[in-house]
Amino acid sequence: MTQEKFIEFILKLSAIVTILTTIGILYVLLSESISFFKEVSIIEFLTNKEWTPLFVKKNFGILPLVTGTLLTTFIAVSVALPVGITIAIYLSEYANKKFKKITKPLLEILAAVPTVVYGFFALAVVTPFLQSFIPNLSGFNSLSAGIVMGIMIIPYVSSLSEDALSAVPKSLRNASYGMGATRLQTSFRVMVPAASSGIIVSVILAFSRAIGETMIVAIAAGQQPRLTVDPTVPISTITAYIVQVAKGDVPHNSLEYKTIFAAGISLFILTFLLNNISFYIRKKFREQYD
Amino acid sequence: MKTKIEAKNIDVFYGDFQALRNINMQFEENAVTALIGPSGCGKSTYLRLFNRMNDYIDSFNMNGEIVIDGKNIYEKNVLVDELRKGIGMVFQKPNPFPKSIFENVSYGLKIQGIKDKDFLNRRVRKALEQSALWDEVKNDLDKSALALSGGQQQRLCIARTLAVEPKILLMDEPTSALDPIATAKVEELIHQLKEKYTIIIVTHNMQQASRISDFTAFFYMGDLIEYDKTDTIFTKPKNERTQNYITGRFG
Amino acid sequence: MTNSTKNRIKDRIFNFIGIFATLIGIIILGFFIGSILYDGLTRIDWDFLNSLPSRKAEKAGILTAWSGSLWIVIFTFLVVVPLGIAAGIYLEEYGDKSKLSSLLEVNISNLAGVPSVIYGLLGLEIFVRLMNLGSSILAGSFTLALLVLPIIIVATREALKAVPPSIRAASYGLGATKWQTVWYQILPAAGGGILTGVILAISRAVGETAPLIVIGALAYVPFTPSSPMDEFTVLPIQIFNWISRPQHEFTINAAAAIIILLIITFIMNGIAVYFRNKWQKKINW
Repeated sequence: MTQEKFIEFILKLSAIVTILTTIGILYVLLSESISFFKEVSIIEFLTNKEWTPLFVKKNFGILPLVTGTLLTTFIAVSVALPVGITIAIYLSEYANKKFKKITKPLLEILAAVPTVVYGFFALAVVTPFLQSFIPNLSGFNSLSAGIVMGIMIIPYVSSLSEDALSAVPKSLRNASYGMGATRLQTSFRVMVPAASSGIIVSVILAFSRAIGETMIVAIAAGQQPRLTVDPTVPISTITAYIVQVAKGDVPHNSLEYKTIFAAGISLFILTFLLNNISFYIRKKFREQYD
Repeated sequence: MKTKIEAKNIDVFYGDFQALRNINMQFEENAVTALIGPSGCGKSTYLRLFNRMNDYIDSFNMNGEIVIDGKNIYEKNVLVDELRKGIGMVFQKPNPFPKSIFENVSYGLKIQGIKDKDFLNRRVRKALEQSALWDEVKNDLDKSALALSGGQQQRLCIARTLAVEPKILLMDEPTSALDPIATAKVEELIHQLKEKYTIIIVTHNMQQASRISDFTAFFYMGDLIEYDKTDTIFTKPKNERTQNYITGRFG
Repeated sequence: MTNSTKNRIKDRIFNFIGIFATLIGIIILGFFIGSILYDGLTRIDWDFLNSLPSRKAEKAGILTAWSGSLWIVIFTFLVVVPLGIAAGIYLEEYGDKSKLSSLLEVNISNLAGVPSVIYGLLGLEIFVRLMNLGSSILAGSFTLALLVLPIIIVATREALKAVPPSIRAASYGLGATKWQTVWYQILPAAGGGILTGVILAISRAVGETAPLIVIGALAYVPFTPSSPMDEFTVLPIQIFNWISRPQHEFTINAAAAIIILLIITFIMNGIAVYFRNKWQKKINW
């Protein structure tokens, strides 16, 4: 083999590590959850309304964890979506260069702060603050966790949406201004509709990011699986449950140990679907402007 | 003949670069004035002064006055959006919104808050008739404007500006992206429109300027070199650079 | 009031809403950080940085935590940087339009979207158990390396893409081989962009908690690691542990440790932004 060929081989091997990683993830999740589903029926897993694998009376219904995950995610997205899209419109249609140059790195910091720090904020700052308005708010709750998570994902929504807005041909903006439209009219009647698929992608990715977020909920939401949509009471999420079990001393190959892989594969499927929907939309969207 | 627009002592800067130098010009009402000159001579910048489209460019700076109907449009209390409603602009490349034909043409009226369906229908039809597009699209008003051919799209963009009944039309190389047949249709249209509108058109195409305009202004490196009746410019220009440019010896 | 007037007013109002939205997240974060500083700043001293963990809050320090973080970062760096840059080069310079290339591309996009806790499950089964590394620094570093690998690959590709084709053409024109062109011309030209990606990836690794908890990193480690096979804790896990304690003194410890973690994160991100700006200016060829 020549030196050139050898180098190419090494490079290729490095790239293939990513495929091995995927295979590894699938293998790990599937093998452990298959052995889990040998002991617990998939029907029970999907329909039982309680999740108490660590109790004496064990229940294996994933629903409480899924609703907990979706609850915090919806709270987070309902914070990040309006703020993020407003930022995107403001930065692409209103702000001058200087303002952009200063604020964009600052916004990135929001996504760079370690999640364990956000968890602390949710527990030690936001919950006590909210309790002064909502007296029956529990010390652990999905509301604070969701709000703080929302702040964290603002830059995901804003930067992807801004990219989508700036991909809209300038000529459309000029056409609208030329007719006497205000910046606001141009933004909402021309730019946002033209960038809609890119904006949708940013929202889906924000959902996916929030679903997979772990530490904020593990710290501030309570680690108590509960089938509820009440944002004021303690709940758990798929991710928080995995951390909770991993932190404790659960013997390998026990059923409790396998539950984290069953939870893991549920999480993987959820985020995999969302990510690929967004890839599909993005691909179609690219073709539209090519 | 009556003066519709007057440019007084115009200087334009982008940062340190001076794009236009001391321009003074008067535009006749209901006439077509062509702005010609090599790329980068400042003619597009100049055109965009008349509806203040340069305002959003960060480094843009200007001195002088643009007077339309006796009023300087660069005075502080001028409402830019109001101003633009009276001045239509057609761009180099057709730029229809990714919406239906009807929504494109009615856009200008809708942003003025007009919701009356009958009124919108009438105006859309009238604008499409004026731009000689009605017969081609009257059954497809709900179809996407992006499905039209390039020439049709450009006439749609003209219809879009006509729907708000402006007094002035600014055209920035409106046929540069079109094939010869579509170009001929748009030129024909410009010829008809000048009865009602004051038209300023930027063009790279000498034949086009001589075919459709009443007056022609030649720009070079930010200076207005010569401005006269189109016939005079193309038959006996006073300046040597104009002569060289229109005969294709440079630019 | 005419419609135009109303529209103008709405436009003005949105201008303020936009500024407000842009700043609100930053302001809230600033407020958070302020309250953390208030809680934890006085707790930071030489002893805090140099003490082992303790059941007594006022004696506990972050020595094992930050030294664990340092070990983890070094080994993660050693694994992921060559791997990520090599994979990025392959995809951008060598990868053709074959099935493998498009598979790799889709796959990397997907990996970038996999939640970090799932990487923890991967590391737990493969590195900790199958490869029998135990809950060691090596197992933790491998896990984090796979987690941040997509970041470095994507950054490398972006940086390579920004190198103008004329440089490649010039090098090939002189008779250079593909690898010579990559090694002597393209990589140096793309260095700033790659460096930015590497710093951001490492910064991410420093802050990661969940995957390391899942692979069994301990909350309480009474010694500093002395080999890559030792068990370990890291700053974020130490913080998580202290947050979970009910006593107020531990909350203060957590706040103090958070200040240290944030300083590290902000410095790394600041350097990354600096390099990116510098590099972007330079590539205005």
